[in-house]
Parts: sequence; structure tokens; C-alpha cells
Amino acid sequence: MTTKYTKDHEWIRVEGDTATVGVSDYAQHQLGDVVFVELPDVGRTLEQGKEAAVVESVKAASEVFAPVSGEVIEVNHELEGEPAKVNSGAETDGWFFKIRLSNPAELDALMDEAAYKDYVEGLQ
Amino acid sequence: MTQSPGTDSSESLKKTPLHALHVELGGKMVPFAGYDMPVQYPAGILKEHQHTRARAGLFDVSHMGQVRLTGDDAAAALEALVPGDIKGLGERRMRYTLFLNETGGILDDLMVTNAGDHLFLVVNAARKEHDVAHLTERLKGRAEVELLDDLALMALQGPDAAGVLARFVPEAADMKFMSYLPATFDGVPVVLTRSGYTGEDGYEISCDKADAEAIARALLAQPEVEPIGLGARDSLRLEAGLCLYGHDIDETTTPVEAALEWALSKRRRAEGGFPGAEIVLAQLQSGAQRRRVGIRPDGRQPAREHTEIVDEAGNRLGEVTSGGFGPTANGPVAMGYVDIGRAAVDTPLTLMVRGKPLAAKVAAMPFVPQRYYRG
Repeated sequence: MTTKYTKDHEWIRVEGDTATVGVSDYAQHQLGDVVFVELPDVGRTLEQGKEAAVVESVKAASEVFAPVSGEVIEVNHELEGEPAKVNSGAETDGWFFKIRLSNPAELDALMDEAAYKDYVEGLQ
Repeated sequence: MTQSPGTDSSESLKKTPLHALHVELGGKMVPFAGYDMPVQYPAGILKEHQHTRARAGLFDVSHMGQVRLTGDDAAAALEALVPGDIKGLGERRMRYTLFLNETGGILDDLMVTNAGDHLFLVVNAARKEHDVAHLTERLKGRAEVELLDDLALMALQGPDAAGVLARFVPEAADMKFMSYLPATFDGVPVVLTRSGYTGEDGYEISCDKADAEAIARALLAQPEVEPIGLGARDSLRLEAGLCLYGHDIDETTTPVEAALEWALSKRRRAEGGFPGAEIVLAQLQSGAQRRRVGIRPDGRQPAREHTEIVDEAGNRLGEVTSGGFGPTANGPVAMGYVDIGRAAVDTPLTLMVRGKPLAAKVAAMPFVPQRYYRG
């Protein structure tokens, strides 16, 4: 299983032709306490770099962008009752949705874990 | 994920006397009204908010304007600018009032205290330059206006605030709500008021800027006290149903539209003599066209400032002016203006959030019970 990251702080964990998507631990820390998550509908087609979900903290709403294109096959319903999971488990049980990739080559443009770590360090 | 805009160079922003302390405490610094201020500390907005209602929170509000008005005629002179009873304000008593313009719109909201030999005003940070110029121009010859920018201001709010402050100023415990007391704190002169912006019991502490850090550290050393940032200050006042100037009230809103009729003192309603009196008094008589109301979205999605409010047919009824998540209310809370016919509590509303209709209802404010000191 490989995990890749976007410059906008989404992560994607690929397993064959499907993948799980969420926001990084750095992102949840920047957001502060998450109070609401607006997830995409199952069946929705997502385009790489376009809005996929919305995460609301106490102060403001932030867009979550699709790291790759594909179809939403599952969403994390636990976030409806427990949005704080995004804070406590951003890269684990705070996942947002699962996607069937329509163009796996899009993954090449994303950062691996080491590159993302360097990128985040550069921001601080 | 969308990222916050890059922070202004903190070199161009002003700093309060507690700036270094905020940074030391791990404050996340953001620009506010030209100042570099902590929006939160490592605890986060949710915990800071809840802590204030459970125990005691310490806020730096030194960015606000502290103003002294002196002159035998100061109270009468100030009445020319506000609809409140200032001449009848007892010594060491304070009240909330509004600077109004000629059309009855609100120029700022403020606290006025009768400090005996002067009037002591606290005005919003974003309006202090405007307010001082306004006072200076309009009170010319009748009173002296002085912006006290060598002072700091802190707020200690929450059910434990009185017990904490009494360790340093024993007389603070007996202060009535909305009263004023000059005192000493660890040998240093301070001015206390029992008032605040959270709906909880609490105090505001004015002191010389050189003494601010020591006082703040002494309070933060108390087990009940945590530092609280502007993010929680906003969620606390929103739950309390209190207005934020520039958002819920501004030059286009009258006190009647803003549901602040209680700030129009009885004698002033009868006598007039404040800016926009004709318009405001007419609205008192026959009602205004719109009203500021509390709004509770159904579900858990917040509706924020500028969210359009519509009816079932999609006709515009008004707009949200403040909105977010209420940690104590345990759900989204908001306030905004609606057509007068839709202002009754429990009226259903539709909020257009990111292009989608969200069901909501008019709700009574405050969203959380007020716990001002009535002892």
C-alpha cells in the first residue's frame, strides 16, 4: 500500500484500482477543531484538483480537493456523528471517502511520504 | 485543502503589551483590527470556549480603545451622540450604549462608565480612531477627549472568575454586575469593571501597560485560569447573543432593527436629542421592516456570515450576519436579519449554504443561559 500526498494536504492510500482519501495530520492541525464534514455522494465523479468535500472548523469552511479523478464508491459515515475523528485520526479513522481511480497515472504527480514531509517542513 | 491566506508580516501589525506572552504560550497569531492577536492557543477554540464556561478564561482585549472624557458637562455632552441615559448613570455604574448617526444607524457600540471625576469609555478596536475623532469633533469645547493608549485591558470570564480575582482584590467579590472599582492588584493600580462579552460572570481589568504582563501571569498561574484567544471570544459572544460591530450592527442598522431597543433609555425616548432620533422613535412606534434574530440551522452544518436567508419559494428574506458552531449549544448557531414578518421564534427559514438549501428556524437568544452576577 502506498500513500501519496498533494500540495493541498490531502492524502491518498492506493490498493489496486481503489484508494482511500483524507486530509493530512498537518491539515487537521491547521484547521483546528473540526465540527462538520460535507462528504460527496457515493457514485459522484470527481476530477483531480477539483472540490470533493468540505470540512468545517469552528471558525471557517475549507475545501478538500480530489487528489485523483474517479468515482466515489464509499464515504466515511462515522464523520457525520464524530467529525472530531478528522483531528484525532486524520490519516487513519478520519478518512473521508474511497474512490475507484479512472486514471492511475495521475498518482505520478503526487508526493510520496518523504517528499510531503519535506514540503511541510518548508512551510513552517 | 484550501489554505488560509498568507499571514501579514507581523512587523506591520500593532502589538498589545501582552504580545510576547501570547507567543510564549504558543498563541496562533493572526491579524485583527490592525493588531497581531492570538486566535487560539494550543488547546484550541473548542476547549478554550468550554473552559471559559466551566472555570475561568483570560482574554487580552488591549487592542480595544479606552477613552477618558473629562469636563463638568461631559455626561450631557455625550448624550448628544448616544440614546442612553448618561446624566443619570450613577457613580461607579456603567452601561452599554451606541454611537448613532443622523439616519439612526449605529457607528459603534461601547461601554460607558461613570468614574466619578470622568467618564470612562471602552470602544471597539476597529472603530477607536473613528470614535475618538467623532467624540473630539462633536464634544469640542464641552469635554476633553483622551485616548488612553498607555493602558492594557484584560477580561477574566467564567464562573470561577470571581473566586480567582478575590485572591488578589478581595472587594471584587462584592462588586455588582455593571459596576466599576479602582483597586490594587499585587500592589499595582488597576481599574475593574464587572462586565464582559461572554454571557458569564466576569471582570475587565484595566491597568498600565507596564503592569499587564505581571497581572496576566499572576492570573494564569491560578489553577482555574487558561488563556483564551479571539476565536473562542467570538463563539462565546455569539452563543450569548451579543453583537459584533461591523457584522451584526453597522451604519445601516438602527437599534430597533438590531433588537437593541433596551439600549434606548426611557427618558431619552421621551426627550429625543440624539442623532437619528426621529427615525428611531418612529420605528419604536410602528416597527421596523426587518429584525436581528437568532437562527438555529437544523442538523450540524454551520451557516456563516453572508449566507442568504430565503423562504420556501426562494424569495430573499435576509442574511446571516454571524454564524458558526456553538460548543456549549452543541450545534450550529447564527444571527442575522429577516423581514419583520418572519422574525417570530420558531419561524422556519431556509439558508442557502454553498448553493444548497439548509433548513433552519428562528431561535431565541441567548442560545446558552446568561449567568451574570445577580448577588
